[in-house]
Amino acid sequence: MKSPAKSFAARVRKLNQPGAAGRMTALVIPYAWLALFFLLPLLIVLKISVAESVMGIPPYEPLLRLAENATVQIHLTFSNFVLLLRDDMYVVAYLNSVKIAAISTLVSVVVGYSMAYGIVSSPLRWRYLLLMLIIIPFWTSFLIRIYAMIGFLKDNGLVNNLLMSLGVIDQPLAIMYTPLAVYIGIVYSYLPFMILPIYAALERTDPSLLEAASDLGARPWKAFLRVTLPLSMPGVVAGSLLVFIPAVGEFVIPELLGGLGSPMIGKVLWAEFFNNRDWPVASAVAVAMLALLVVPVMMFDRFASRYFRGRS
Amino acid sequence: MAVGAGGIQDKPWTDPKAQPFVRIQGVTKYFDDVAAVNGVDLNICRGEFFALLGASGCGKTTLLRMLAGFETPSAGKIFIDGVDMADIPPYRRPVNMMFQSYALFPHMTVGQNVAFGLQQEDVAKPEIAERVAEMLELVQIGELARRKPDQLSGGQRQRVALARALIKRPKLVLLDEPLGALDRKLREHTQFELVNIQEKLGMTFVIVTHDQEEAMTMASRVCVMNAGMVEQVGTPSEVYEYPNSRFVADFIGTANLFDGVVTSSTASETRVHSADLDGEIVVGGGGTAAVGATVSVMVRPEKIQVVPDGSPAPSFNTACGQVREIAYLGDMSVYHVELPSGKRIQLSRTNLLHTADTQISWDHTVRFEWHPANGILLVI
Repeated sequence: MKSPAKSFAARVRKLNQPGAAGRMTALVIPYAWLALFFLLPLLIVLKISVAESVMGIPPYEPLLRLAENATVQIHLTFSNFVLLLRDDMYVVAYLNSVKIAAISTLVSVVVGYSMAYGIVSSPLRWRYLLLMLIIIPFWTSFLIRIYAMIGFLKDNGLVNNLLMSLGVIDQPLAIMYTPLAVYIGIVYSYLPFMILPIYAALERTDPSLLEAASDLGARPWKAFLRVTLPLSMPGVVAGSLLVFIPAVGEFVIPELLGGLGSPMIGKVLWAEFFNNRDWPVASAVAVAMLALLVVPVMMFDRFASRYFRGRS
Repeated sequence: MAVGAGGIQDKPWTDPKAQPFVRIQGVTKYFDDVAAVNGVDLNICRGEFFALLGASGCGKTTLLRMLAGFETPSAGKIFIDGVDMADIPPYRRPVNMMFQSYALFPHMTVGQNVAFGLQQEDVAKPEIAERVAEMLELVQIGELARRKPDQLSGGQRQRVALARALIKRPKLVLLDEPLGALDRKLREHTQFELVNIQEKLGMTFVIVTHDQEEAMTMASRVCVMNAGMVEQVGTPSEVYEYPNSRFVADFIGTANLFDGVVTSSTASETRVHSADLDGEIVVGGGGTAAVGATVSVMVRPEKIQVVPDGSPAPSFNTACGQVREIAYLGDMSVYHVELPSGKRIQLSRTNLLHTADTQISWDHTVRFEWHPANGILLVI
């Protein structure tokens, strides 16, 4: 199609378009990778989740079996999923995970938004340094950082020692092995994933829009609520998904910092798999968790994309 | 004193007793040691359509932003309606601005954009709806109220920005290059519309533009700025016919400038000797230049006449030259004539007949002259 009104960007796209062979290669490689290391394992997990548990190696019954009358029989059982509903523990752990993830996300939004706003408002020569400081912790392994948190939070850790030496408290606060420690750990670990998208959204906002709001009589906080905040919502939504989804399935943080009081679904899954060696139930937990997470996330995503349609 | 139909004086700035509506006193603005605006004094009257005209970087936008409150003067004072604006933030000024980029809120519809200003000050909802509808009608985009800015054309966006700046009926409306993004036809049409709206609503408009035609078409007075300073303030015809400096003469329209030395100066005329011309230059009117002073004499291209062949040669304000370039503009033609001294001048003639000017062609030698009243003496 030749059209004189074709935009410059469209023409550049046309020029950069590789041939059919190149396009195929560019598509096949990532899809093959995803099929091999994501889809296939997922199908295996799905298969195990409908298998019967047995003592042996592997610890589950095969899906297909050759019967005595020389027919292929398919063995499916949904008892593992039934168990998830029948035993409170799974539902409680799942709801608890969602609760912890939701509260952590909320705290991350408040803290992350203030930090992103602070960075955007600071002079240009400071901005990249401040952004760098957000990213630097990634240079250390996640596991080691969580271990280091123990040193902060334990009874004779940095936080308690500091507060006691300042005379704020005379008994150490019991933070370690409580839900509070889990919240601190999750917010600390995932905060950069909240800050960066919000920062990107705030930075894109045209400063003359705020001037226009002020010119039309909006006080600074009103201009923030009516202009800055709605325009940065795509960043808040992206950040919330990036924090909420991994936080629900979080295993390391509750394992190292949390107590026995509030189990998270990731821990339950781990226990089923390694302690009980019940692979089918562990797989059923994983499948159920995926299904329960994918549905709300997809709905949220659809809502968000419709809500923000037409925004630059 | 002339009084207009609406009881408003046609030229309020000529009344010495009148209180200026906007008073800018010795305003200077530094950005890192560089003075963007340098010691500007201006008085703008109520109901004026006042244009700040200058090339980019002359400080006109900075001055406008100081009126809006987005920049604070480094020195000097700004009074609007008698109130010192020093400590008044933008959201409490009786001023609304139309931004060069329009700065429309992308997440709001046209109606919400226009209503925004009224929502900031407890206007009742039915009244807001009524006034928004009325304003959208005024700028002829009533049917677009539910669209979002990215669904509008450039001209429609410009109208939304204008409606948003007018909805609060501010005492002072600031317009930063309001027509800059429109194409030529639309711009010319909108210029007159803007003036009509301003007269209808009786507000004071201050417009920033780099387009001298635009300033001349719309403004009651024009302020020509250069390097942060005011060069000249006057009506469009004043700054065109009587520029007070070489800069203004050159910036507004086309100017032929003849450098020379004053040989005599009386109450009725000043005589200047210039190496570019055959005889002396005679400039009518009282001279302000001392004998021996170096001056420039400015003559506009349309005020220079071609002397027909066979007519006796005039004794002053005249020279012969060869036609080097002809620019045919339809309604008129502009001729670039090279003088024996090597200087080039421009003269223009209205094309009154279809076949006009066939007698003047490239490399023809023409003699021209101008009336003493049409020369302007500029002291260098």
